[in-house]
Amino acid sequence: MDLLPEELLDAYRKMKRIRVFEEKLNELVTAGRLAGFLHLYAGEEAVAVGVCAHLGDRDFVASTHRGHGHCIAKGVDLGGMMAELFGRKTGLSKGKGGSMHIADMEKGMLGANGIVGAGIPLATGAALTAKIKQTGGVAVAFFGDGASNQGQFHESLNMASVWKLPAVFVAENNGYGEFTPTDFVVPVKDIAVRAQSYAMRSDIADGMDFFDVYQKAGAAIARARKGEGPTLLECKTYRYHGHYVGDPLIYRPKGEAEHWKEQRDPLKNFEAKVVGEARRLPREDLRRVDAEIAAEIDAAVTAAERAPLPDPTDLLTDVYVSE
Amino acid sequence: MARTLSTAAAINEALRIAMHSDPDVILLGEDVAGGGTRDQEGTDEIGGIIGVTRGLVKEFPGRVLDTPISEMGLLGTAVGAALTGLRPVAELMFIDFIGVCLDPLLNQAAKLRYMFGGKARVPLTVRTLTGAGMQAAAQHSQSLYWIPAGIPGLKTVIPSNAADAKGLLLASIRDDSPVVFCEPKRILFDQAEVPEHDYEIPLGKAAVVRQGSDVSLVAFGATVKTALMAAEQLAAEGVSAEVLDLRSLQPLDEEAILATLEKTGKLVVVDEATPRCGIASDVAALCVDRGFDFLNAPVKKVTAPHTPVPFSGVLEQAYMPSPERVLAAVREMS
Repeated sequence: MDLLPEELLDAYRKMKRIRVFEEKLNELVTAGRLAGFLHLYAGEEAVAVGVCAHLGDRDFVASTHRGHGHCIAKGVDLGGMMAELFGRKTGLSKGKGGSMHIADMEKGMLGANGIVGAGIPLATGAALTAKIKQTGGVAVAFFGDGASNQGQFHESLNMASVWKLPAVFVAENNGYGEFTPTDFVVPVKDIAVRAQSYAMRSDIADGMDFFDVYQKAGAAIARARKGEGPTLLECKTYRYHGHYVGDPLIYRPKGEAEHWKEQRDPLKNFEAKVVGEARRLPREDLRRVDAEIAAEIDAAVTAAERAPLPDPTDLLTDVYVSE
Repeated sequence: MARTLSTAAAINEALRIAMHSDPDVILLGEDVAGGGTRDQEGTDEIGGIIGVTRGLVKEFPGRVLDTPISEMGLLGTAVGAALTGLRPVAELMFIDFIGVCLDPLLNQAAKLRYMFGGKARVPLTVRTLTGAGMQAAAQHSQSLYWIPAGIPGLKTVIPSNAADAKGLLLASIRDDSPVVFCEPKRILFDQAEVPEHDYEIPLGKAAVVRQGSDVSLVAFGATVKTALMAAEQLAAEGVSAEVLDLRSLQPLDEEAILATLEKTGKLVVVDEATPRCGIASDVAALCVDRGFDFLNAPVKKVTAPHTPVPFSGVLEQAYMPSPERVLAAVREMS
């Protein structure tokens, strides 16, 4: 563990920010203050933050329908995100994308994506750009266990391997594809083995453990940067909420979520490791961050709710570049 | 002395010029290099199924990429590359294959700019063969340009001759929006005078390719030839036909269509695609919607029938719009 105290605190801040952001959205939708299809990332925080800790602005990530966590981990502005979710003119995409297409090109965040698996070739293309233009950048595709059954996954892995692209494919295996348990529709125990067909390196990380993800993603990203080709990194994780906000969750065994939340929670796990025996961070620092984040999220909601709505004529702009 | 080139050679020249003028332009597709980088005695490159990209891989090593036969992967990768700073020209060998790779066009390339509030650009060109006329049968002969033309965010371009192919392709590659560039099989080996210099033909502008005063024939791609042949025969019969080449299907040059209709009062639209939900129907609807006062006769559509493209040469000839069918449509109006 070679992280400096401020890096540890930054990782905690991002994971906590994701958690509080997502819980706030759940509350807002339930209260009828927020519309749209929302897919929450709570529970999977260690994956996005553990991977993105190795990335800078020249590096790209392509995300999924469950994209808020990847945005926050990649450093996207919280206020712009919240305003976008509220469909405001001040949103990252002027209210034209919403949750399922939330993006920030300046931060190298190539968008959440409403089509399962569709972000994978986008990241592959970003890796091709990095290779041809010799930027030294890498591209990361985040996707779920469900996407690993899509053709876009297989075609992209094949091409990335053939071309030795600086890409990392991060499978977030949260045990469910929409409402169907992964083992009903994926015949292999580990999605990581699917790399073998493409002569690609693979690894499996505990997606509830920031440090395990951080270490294994770091190795994969370093290899990609050195021109040693792509890696498929499977992170075993768990989705605290349903597929979408409002999912009745009747397909999930009783007690399963409670087990993960009590025994495996990535934030508790992290805190125990850095505050406990290691004593790398004072507990008060974490509580201070908690308070800052609570205030930050509340302020983002207030600002978003007060922000101007798009003008109806904005409907017609941004379709083509020449306008 | 004027120089003539085939349409295929004009496209090759446009690609070469584009790659020389901009290091971000890359080509990717199935067989676009086609063995061109295999350093083995006795081998040579294919340069694409029709040889359109031949010679480019040797001139631009590392920028002409053979892909696996993975249309979805290659188009998705091309979209991602365009989004992040390259200007890719992807080849979808036949537009019929759009069935296995529509998502990167429909839900990604076309929508990313809009979904990101104007903060992204996807300068992607997809070159693709369209149309019947080679006895390539039902899965390699379709005229599916109406699919991209119907998707907001994409532009769709279709040249009718070699000189236009060069200028329209250069404009397409340099356009910052995604463009589907259709290459009608029936014009690929036609020869025409093609200027040697670097020039662009603006997208969304139709061209009057034959002046006339009695009837307007609106055509595009390979049907421009059909319309010009019909116009010749009409001239012999004392009927003066104007031929308008649309060149772009989206944006559609509505003003040019209305202008020729206003001039002649009669319009036939010739489209080698099937008749439902297509360009011919759009043109006819435009004439009724915005050009009703100009109409002296019903608008006539000459299209393929609502069937798959047949294999047998006799059937395929019957499938494609012919000058005779254009003449029959004109006669019905008078």
